[in-house]
Amino acid sequence: MSNDSQWPVWEVFVQANPGISHKHVGNVHAPDAEMAIQNARDVYTRRSEGISIWVVPANAIAASSPEDQGAFFEPSNDKPYRHPTFYKIPEGVKYL
Amino acid sequence: MEDAKQLEAFEAKIAAGQKIEPKDWMPEAYRKQLIRMMSQHAHSEIVGMLPEGNWITRAPSLRRKAILLAKVQDEAGHGLYLYSATETLGIDRSELLSQLHTGKAKYSSIFNYPTLTWADIGAIGWLVDGAAIMNQTALARGSYGPYCRAMIRICKEESFHNRQGYEIMMHLAQGTPEQKALAQDALNRWWWPSIMMLGPSDDQSPNSDQLMRWKVKMESNDAIRQRFIDRTIPQADFIGLTIPDKDMKLDAATGHYEHGPINWEEFFEVIKGNGPCNAKRLKARVDADKNGAWVREAAMAYAAKQTKDKLVA
Repeated sequence: MSNDSQWPVWEVFVQANPGISHKHVGNVHAPDAEMAIQNARDVYTRRSEGISIWVVPANAIAASSPEDQGAFFEPSNDKPYRHPTFYKIPEGVKYL
Repeated sequence: MEDAKQLEAFEAKIAAGQKIEPKDWMPEAYRKQLIRMMSQHAHSEIVGMLPEGNWITRAPSLRRKAILLAKVQDEAGHGLYLYSATETLGIDRSELLSQLHTGKAKYSSIFNYPTLTWADIGAIGWLVDGAAIMNQTALARGSYGPYCRAMIRICKEESFHNRQGYEIMMHLAQGTPEQKALAQDALNRWWWPSIMMLGPSDDQSPNSDQLMRWKVKMESNDAIRQRFIDRTIPQADFIGLTIPDKDMKLDAATGHYEHGPINWEEFFEVIKGNGPCNAKRLKARVDADKNGAWVREAAMAYAAKQTKDKLVA
């Protein structure tokens, strides 16, 4: 049958410990979300690597493009005053 | 020319130790070579499940059985990481599998040898996984991001495979004379195929400067083979097993072991498809794919029905 696909791709995000963000770890093929979560558990958390899994259909992810990287992130490059180290505070002033 | 400029930027990036990511510009030759290498690697992981799967039902204890099951499951996982990394290069998994099933794509020569006794499971973990680790730790330093990340993950898991294999060999070597003979016999049969699996010697497989410069290939086959041999011989000595190579000797000046001549004719025969188990391995893969097709279809049909029911409700 021509529709013998290897199933759609789901991107997998795993939270390693309570209190931290889910992190992208890879992807799995699965027919639906439920099986994607089960497959992700078997593929990416066989050694207690996680306590929570998110799966997202790969085609639902939009990404910035590498060619535009320079121009796209440029606005933040010329604003050093957004960083605390930009400001010179005299020695002896505390808690700043 | 735009391409020349892009190529220059691409090579500069690699020279600076940065990784190439899927959406970055890359030369067609780089993409092609990676697809070939990575898919061959993925195929090796899943075909590699077959010789070991052969012993799951006959493992000598529940402990050994649980370990072997976990190891074979890891190999399936490694295959999945690698197929997934290969797909980032713009080819899909059905195409990769069809290349394997039609014989267009290769897998590691080593899996075309039979697992005749339980000791072979020890020899595979110790030698085959040991050799694979040597190769994979080198590849983890390569230039293609998704491949490197898969390699790092795989190397961590292979370490368990390597140690459980050595433990099997150690227990047999310390057992009855019959058990020790079993271990020695497995070493005798797996040694040469294991050092061959690292690929033809450098004079037969000239690494193009380009592949080295692009960090697709990190080290020559002979260099990796030498490291594997140097590390493995003391391990064999420790458990009182003998490497089946009469010419093997330590060169005191270099600190490296020198091995006897390798039977490359055998290697190329196995690669060509004339190894002891080539036909059997391929048939097992093709059958599994064919017999599983209805499951994949049913799961898709079920998923479609669930979505439809949700829309109606």
